[in-house]
Amino acid sequence: MVVLWTDALIFVLLIGMIVLSVYMLRNPRMTRPLRQIGTSKTGMVSLTVLLFFVAVGLLDSMHFHSKDSNEIVSVLDQWLSPIRLHGEKTYSAPFAAHLFGKELMVLEDGGPVWAYPRLQYGGAHLDDPESELFYDVLMKASFGFIKSAIPAAIVLVLLVQKFRHRQNALISQASAKAVAWTIFWIVTLCATLLELSSYYHVLGTDKVGEDVLYQAIKSIRTGLVIGTLTTLIMLPLAIVFGILAGFFRGWVDDTIQYLYTTLNSIPSVLLIAASILVVQVYMAKNEEQFTSLIVRADMRLLFLCIILGVTSWTGLCRMLRAETLKLREMEYVQAASALGVRRRIILFRHILPNVMHIVLISVVLDFSSLVLAEAVLSYINIGVDPTTHSWGNMINGARLEMAREPVVWWSLTASFLFMFTLVLAANLFADSVRDAFDPRRMG
Amino acid sequence: MNRSPVLEVKNLTVKFGSDNPVVDAIGFEVHAGETFAIVGESGSGKSITALSILRLLPVNASVVADEVNLNGVDLLRKAEYELCKIRGRRVALIFQDPMSSLNPVMTVGEQIAEVLKLHFSMTKKAIRQRVIELLTRVEIPEPEKRAGEYPHQLSGGQRQRVMIAIALAGEPDLLIADEPTTALDVTIQAQILALLKAIQHKTGMALWLISHDLALVSTMADRIAVMQKGKIVETGRSASIFQNPTHPYTRKLLDALPSMDSCLGHKREEKPSLLKIDEFKVYYPIRKGIFKRVVGHVRAVDGVSFEIEHGKTLALVGESGCGKTTLGKSLLNLIPAYSGQVIMDGIALNKLTGEALRRKRADIQIVFQDPFSSMNPRMLVSEIIDEGIRALYPEVDAVDRHARVIDLLERVDLPPDSAHRYPHEFSGGQRQRICIARALAVQPKMIVCDEPTSALDVSVQAQIIELLKDLQKEQGVSYLFITHDLGVVAEIADEVAVMYRGKIVEHGEVEQVLLNPKNAYTRELLAAVPRLQNKDV
Repeated sequence: MVVLWTDALIFVLLIGMIVLSVYMLRNPRMTRPLRQIGTSKTGMVSLTVLLFFVAVGLLDSMHFHSKDSNEIVSVLDQWLSPIRLHGEKTYSAPFAAHLFGKELMVLEDGGPVWAYPRLQYGGAHLDDPESELFYDVLMKASFGFIKSAIPAAIVLVLLVQKFRHRQNALISQASAKAVAWTIFWIVTLCATLLELSSYYHVLGTDKVGEDVLYQAIKSIRTGLVIGTLTTLIMLPLAIVFGILAGFFRGWVDDTIQYLYTTLNSIPSVLLIAASILVVQVYMAKNEEQFTSLIVRADMRLLFLCIILGVTSWTGLCRMLRAETLKLREMEYVQAASALGVRRRIILFRHILPNVMHIVLISVVLDFSSLVLAEAVLSYINIGVDPTTHSWGNMINGARLEMAREPVVWWSLTASFLFMFTLVLAANLFADSVRDAFDPRRMG
Repeated sequence: MNRSPVLEVKNLTVKFGSDNPVVDAIGFEVHAGETFAIVGESGSGKSITALSILRLLPVNASVVADEVNLNGVDLLRKAEYELCKIRGRRVALIFQDPMSSLNPVMTVGEQIAEVLKLHFSMTKKAIRQRVIELLTRVEIPEPEKRAGEYPHQLSGGQRQRVMIAIALAGEPDLLIADEPTTALDVTIQAQILALLKAIQHKTGMALWLISHDLALVSTMADRIAVMQKGKIVETGRSASIFQNPTHPYTRKLLDALPSMDSCLGHKREEKPSLLKIDEFKVYYPIRKGIFKRVVGHVRAVDGVSFEIEHGKTLALVGESGCGKTTLGKSLLNLIPAYSGQVIMDGIALNKLTGEALRRKRADIQIVFQDPFSSMNPRMLVSEIIDEGIRALYPEVDAVDRHARVIDLLERVDLPPDSAHRYPHEFSGGQRQRICIARALAVQPKMIVCDEPTSALDVSVQAQIIELLKDLQKEQGVSYLFITHDLGVVAEIADEVAVMYRGKIVEHGEVEQVLLNPKNAYTRELLAAVPRLQNKDV
């Protein structure tokens, strides 16, 4: 068992989330908003998708020393071993049996020939890929689908039957059905992809012959880490400074404003580059602490999160300050001070809940822009470690691939698809959460 | 009147989605040269009627009518581009809020010229001349200079005059005025109404007035339609409606109107003094430069002295910007005073700080004007009401607190199950009751009521006044009642103080101030108040 820094933080975050959910489920006041989320089909489906991504991320956050190679691998790596280890020489298209580029080969009779060589693993079981490939893919896909669909369907139907007549359930019948369908499709899709992946490269391979599907799946963890840990660092700074500046005005406001204008006036890329370089120098000087590649990469990821968090709180802070300035003049805040309510209680009871919608929306929007920021930073080589799988690195690599003729499109498409699904699910879920917790929107 | 009407509406129904109709099968006519008024409380559908005729409603509204006929043109059968030529040209609209209906980044002259360019082909010079002419007609002084100014440089009354000038620019046959003076002070209101009358007299256009104010309508309109819940319940000539209203709703509205005469027969009794302020001043500093040096002061409250007795009501009357709200808030220490003392039971409240001040806050409470922004939308009514108890009497346990909340709700005539609902589920009047309950929760000796009834309909207003009077009788609480509405003052006050530019210009018993004013400003204020014409003589 190896616990990396980001692993530990992710699990701390997970425990926090579980505690929060238990608190919310126990609190009778929360029943109404929770039930409203439960009746929103979009909300529940996107939550299911989101949870699936989180589950993948968590599986990828449990590391241990592999028995055979003494490498540090995650549980997910172990499960995806067939895809992980089936590397080719270089580019190959999705479902291809041949490499993407022609190579000089030596025929049996010793004569050279300029042709597409067969892949080492992809479609290697076929004798004549030309005629058999399509039929074989269809067969394998249907087999994978049926193999998983039947047990999945039975389990889901049983579950739905069992809970069908439960009164006072938080989830409505309609959204329970939608969730069941979503789970069904996710499970069968995964099974089909797994089945196909042991024979083919479903999303092709990249420049060094690594399976693109594997890369995209591995990138989920990086995306989640950057999105959540950065937010975790940024939120307290933004909320505390923003609300204090707006509520107390005067010198508190002046100090905080000077702080964030100063921070804003330094080009953030420069700041990030400088900090990353400092970390690299530190790691080079203390090599004995960073024995393996993965530990180094993880350290760099963590510092990237911290630096992004420290530089990105200013935008939200400004918005919260402005909103608080508006709220502090609201009559209910004045009524509360006339009632002798202490100022810190006013902050918690009247100001904080009424700025939460801004926090929620900007956190979700930031989540997607952080994943993108990671891509931009990787471009100038100050993002995550080049050995870390991330959508940013994939997109960065696609720069050269797009310039090729014919175009190598699958890396970009794969990272785009995964990123899109994650960000969309997060956005839709945040929408229904915001609607549910705003009493004015109650229908 | 045998001329054909300017506007003829038959069987008009407006619905939003599949809900109940907001306007329900109404019909009326507006004739040239006459003033037609639709009166009703908020939500009765009067503004929707006006907007639906010009097809200015949001897309989810469905408008159905047998006929909407403007000078022989059926408006509902016109294409959108044809309607654009009618809006502003044949029919013009004036809205309630002159600030938000003018574009803040365009000069006043440009905004009037915009209408002229749209509807007439005129040379630049002619437009310029016409703009000056229009500004002169709405009686704006120095029209040449004003045409080049921006809306924020004008006062509220002047902005509304500009709005009227814009409406007149198209030389319309029909002018729709939707609550044209609700956002203005009474003296300005009187001027604007006189102006509208004069212009109508000169141009002979039809004026369609939409208002909630019966007294105002009675001074202006020739014919009146009373609207309730989307239906017109009564129409007729103004005199006949006010003399013998036939419909019970009209009668209810008329009865609910506060009357100046209700202060007659007010009994004077001596009570011990509760609160006293002497030469009280609240100045806002004007800061300039990078070091924010104080270069001067805005004298919001400039040396005010008065005394409030136990269980009595002092009404503080004045127009907007005279400093009455500032004074009210600084009595509660919400705005720091510049000099002077607030002495309650021998303790100078505004000299207290920290914990001592917090403890003393129970004695004096406030009820605000806007019942929508005065409660935290994310808190339950029970939490809103017991907030003060939790803050000032932490020793009271949850069970007692809850019992107290239920008791308070009963006292303000709300059902006990209101405790577990959110403020947005209540109407304006009910919300105001919750605010009163919140203030009462800490057992104050005095409540500052800052225009508590101005955002409410007349019938609801009468109920809230009644409630406040009952509570005073039961609990002996004193009120400082801040208002601009002299009718309400007559209903509730024992004494009246008239405030003008931060100073009190007249102070006395309610009867003396309202019926026999000594100060010139008080007299002007009283003269401007629209009074019901021909009410049972």
